[in-house]
This record gives sequence, structure tokens and C-alpha cells, in this order.
Amino acid sequence: MRAPDHPVQAKGDVLLAVENVSLGFGGVKALTDVSFDIRKSEIRAIIGPNGAGKTSMLNCINGFYYPTEGRITFKGVKRPKMRPYVAARGGIARTFQNVALFKSMSTLDNIMAGRSIKMHASFFWQLLRHGPAMKEEVEHRRFVEEIIDFLEIQHIRKVPVGRLPYGLQKRVELGRALAMEPELLLLDEPMAGMNLEEKEDMSRFILEVNQQYGTTIALIEHDMGVVMDLSDRVVVLEYGRKIADGTPAEVKSDRRVIDAYLGVAH
Amino acid sequence: MLYREAGQFKTNYVADSAIFPLREDRIGLGLIVLAAYALAFLGNSFLLQAVMIPFLVFSLAAIGLNILTGYTGLLSLGTGAFMGVGAYACYKLMTAFPGVNVIVWIFVSGFFSAAVGALFGLPSLRIKGFYLAVATLAAQFFLQWCFIRIPWLVNYNVSGALDAPLRTLFGIPIMGPNATPQTRYLLVLTIVILLTWLASNLVHGRIGRMWIAIRDMDLAAELMGIRPLQTKLLAFAVSSYYCGVAGALLVFLWYGGAEYDVFNINQSFFILFMVIIGGLGSLIGSFFGAALIFILPIVLGIVLPAALSPFGLSVGADVIEHLRFMIVGALIIFFLIVEPHGLARLWQIGKQKLLVWPFPY
Repeated sequence: MRAPDHPVQAKGDVLLAVENVSLGFGGVKALTDVSFDIRKSEIRAIIGPNGAGKTSMLNCINGFYYPTEGRITFKGVKRPKMRPYVAARGGIARTFQNVALFKSMSTLDNIMAGRSIKMHASFFWQLLRHGPAMKEEVEHRRFVEEIIDFLEIQHIRKVPVGRLPYGLQKRVELGRALAMEPELLLLDEPMAGMNLEEKEDMSRFILEVNQQYGTTIALIEHDMGVVMDLSDRVVVLEYGRKIADGTPAEVKSDRRVIDAYLGVAH
Repeated sequence: MLYREAGQFKTNYVADSAIFPLREDRIGLGLIVLAAYALAFLGNSFLLQAVMIPFLVFSLAAIGLNILTGYTGLLSLGTGAFMGVGAYACYKLMTAFPGVNVIVWIFVSGFFSAAVGALFGLPSLRIKGFYLAVATLAAQFFLQWCFIRIPWLVNYNVSGALDAPLRTLFGIPIMGPNATPQTRYLLVLTIVILLTWLASNLVHGRIGRMWIAIRDMDLAAELMGIRPLQTKLLAFAVSSYYCGVAGALLVFLWYGGAEYDVFNINQSFFILFMVIIGGLGSLIGSFFGAALIFILPIVLGIVLPAALSPFGLSVGADVIEHLRFMIVGALIIFFLIVEPHGLARLWQIGKQKLLVWPFPY
């Protein structure tokens, strides 16, 4: 885990800025006037009690939802209304709260599928499975094998992911997201339902991804210990509003955050 | 000891990502292909004409539907109509340009049904499952209406039927009344092997992974940058291409002539059953499904009277017919209960067991 004297100041330039974003479904307001930014190469945590709007926030960021008000700027450009695959091609990858793997495919094929947007061999060569298509297949296989080594899942390379235990599925899902070589990686509760050992492994992978590849990470997590150890900055949501934003130490001592989590004494 | 992966080491990614990584599988496949070609010279014309040619044609159509329904998860009931588009396109092309070899036109006619299939695939972006099935049902009825009502499609032929004109390859008749079952079988076999090989390449590469991704979890696929509409339309186009070629083969190399009625909704269901029983998302399953649904009733029709006669039971042809339906129906239910993922999965499990035989694991 990270040394306590690690600099916890915001790093780099703003990669993604959320400005006054509101999101409503009919009468229900999922998000109200939320603003924060995510800087390059940082680990940014989004926390809050259940139903606070954390996943809705991620859905806005990767294009599932379009904010009813406010705007999201990615790499300095205001995001238009778009389909999620456009956001993906722009460099935003994501994992899901409930694992969303391609169950019938092997670990290898799942991660290879994450490379789809990087592969360009023409339909003709794909039909023949020869020449450029095969060359490309091998090239990307090499990259995928690096991810497999990195996540220590060599032994399940050819196992259909539907048969894997939950902890490993989460790891494969992280691998699939990494295969996209994203600039911004959104992790929706990467450690939900894991035991201590699995959590430690996952934390290690997240830190290594961040440090080795410089990938910017935004993560939602309920385990406060993990959040405080991993993240550079934390934004706290409650009932769709932002109630705190800052370093883990600042957030931890914030009165409103304590009230939100522990309840207010009457 | 004949079927082992021990000692077969892969030292590069090309070898490791081979479609048949096991040497024994490759040898087995080679033998099957060889036997299929040998059958052209050993089998009698009943076997070739009434069993093997239709079996191959239906297998090809089943591969087409499997690409759409099995690999991409889009349910279609328009298979019959897409086969019809291929047949009618082939007819128009070969009568308009008789100078060009008909084999070229068989392959080209698939593109027409691919275009039509992609057009009717457009609703798939918004709707899934049964709703999409109903949308493709519209294609089935609309296209069949076209086959009946547009006499231009049959060159204003008064009978309204398609007929196979005489066509030759190197002076040998390959189509029309003079073509022997043997030459037609060889032609169909070669086309089916070629197209199966191409399909197998396609589903094992990037495009196949994109199709399966859409089937297994379309939202996650979209978040990985896979464009849902393009991927689904490609599946519709490729699937319809296969169905179209199968339709052309069906009319011109098997029946030798047919009316619009061949491409009705029953044909669509017939192919769909083959795909479901054979195994969704499996090319070999398409062959198994076609064998079970098409060949098994024929075999029963021959075997049943022979099996019943020693007991002094001389039964009429109508009873045999009923028995055939009952046995095939019971077998379909049996297989679906034993293995809902189809015969292809049984085959897979059998091979896994054989790998470690005589040990249980």
C-alpha cells in the first residue's frame, strides 16, 4: 500500500471536468448541480451512501446518459450528446458493478474483444484469416498476454469466463477494460463482494495500473479503508448533491460526510 | 490413446490460435472431407440426390442462420425469404447473362440477399428477441408477396415457377435436367466446404468476437467501442448471404425448379429448428442439426419397415409416416432435455471425455 507521506496534492492537468451537472428521470432527480474534475494520472474516488447518484455519474461520463443540465468536458472539449461507443473510442473504459463479461467466451477472447477498436484488418482478410488479419491477431494477442501476465490470470486463459469464480471475473473485467488502453478508467465498485485477500490483490492492480501506465482512474467504492488508501482525491455525493471534495484526510474529517455516513444526532 | 493433446506444444501465437489446435482434429476433418468427396463416386444417385445434396444445402442455410441467431443473438424468422432472394437473383442473373459461368452467379446472388437482409436488419438496433422475430416475419411475408406478384422475377414465365436451365462447366452439364446427381453433388459440396471454411475464419476472428460480444452483453460491448448497428447489420448481411446462396443451390442444384412456395414460413422454421437442435453458436452444430432434422426421417423411413417386418407386422406407408414424425419429435425433445445447448455441445463434451479416456478427469 501507499506510504503515508505520499503527496496527495492534485496531479496534472484536468482531464475531465464535470460542471453543474444535473440529471433527472421525469420527476426523480438523480444528480443535482454536481461539479468536480478529474486530473490526469490521479485516482479519483466517488463515494456516498446507496442511491447517492454515483453510478448515474459514471453513466453520464461514459455517455449512457446525457445530463439534463450542465456540461462535461473531456480533454478540454465539451462533450456532445453521444452514444457510449463514441466515448469508448475517445478513451474512456469502464467496469461494472455487476460483472458484465461475455460469459461464453474465454478469458483470452474477452480481453481480445476489448482490443476490437484497435484492430483494423479488412473484412476480406478476416474471411481468409491470413495475411494482415493474422498478423494483427498475433500482435494484439501479444499485448493481451501482457495484460494476462500483469493480472496473474495465465491459468484461466482458455476457460470460459462464465465458469470462473466471482473474484476472478472481476479481474478479467479489469483486464478487458485495460485492453482498450484507456486514458480514463471508470471502475464501478471493483471490490464489491470480495474477501480481504482479493481486495488486496485488486488494490495492488489498481495502483500498478495507475503508476505503471499513468492511467487516470475514477472509482466508486464502499470500502472506506480501500478508498482512503488508494485515492488521491475523493468526491462525496449524497442524494445527488456533492457534499464534499478533497483529499481523503480532508473528506474524512468533514462534518457533513460524517453525518451522511453515520447519521445526524437529534 | 488415439486422441490426446499431450506432446503437442504450441510455440507461437499463430499455432496457438489455430481453429483446430489438435492434430487429431485436423486429421479427422481431413478424413471427413475426403470421405465426402469419395461418396460422389461410391454412393448411388438416390443417396446423392435425395440425401446428401439437400443435407448440404440445409447445412449451409443453417450456418447462415446460426451466424445471425447463434453468434449474434438476433432471432430471425425470415430465413426462407432470404433464401428466396438468392434463388430469384440467381435466376435473373443467369438468364440475363448466360455467357458468364453459373457458379459465378451463384456466389453473386448471395450479395443480393445480403443487401435485402441488411435492410430488414435495420430494426435490430432498437428491438430484440421476439419483437425482432416479428420484424423479420414481416420480411418473410413481404418478400414472398414479391415472389408471387412480380412476374419480372421469373421472366414473365406463365407457370410462375423457377426452372434450372442447362449450364455447363468445361463442357460437363452442372445444372439443368442433364446434369447428373454426381456432378451436382460435387459442386454443392465444394461450395459448402468453401463457405464453411470462410465462416469459420470469420467467427474465430475479430468480427466473430464482436458478434458474440453483442449477443452476450450488448451494453458492455458498446462501452468497448463496438458499434452495435454496424455489427448487427454485418451479421444480417453475412447471414443472408449464406441463406441466399443456399436458396440458389436448393432450387437450381437440388430441385431443378421450384415455385415461390418453397420459400415460405415453414422453410424458415425448418432451418431455425436445425440451428436450435444442432447448437446455437456452432458451425458444426449446423451440420448436426441438418442431419437430425432432414436425414433422420429418411433413415427411419427405410429402417422402420425393415425393423417391423420380422415380427410379422406389415404396416402401411401411412403408419410408417406417423411413426417417423413421432420418433423424430421424441428425439428432438430428448436431445433438448439432455443438452439444451444442442448436439454441438454433446459433441464437445464427448471430445473432452475422449481426451482423458479411460480416466474420468
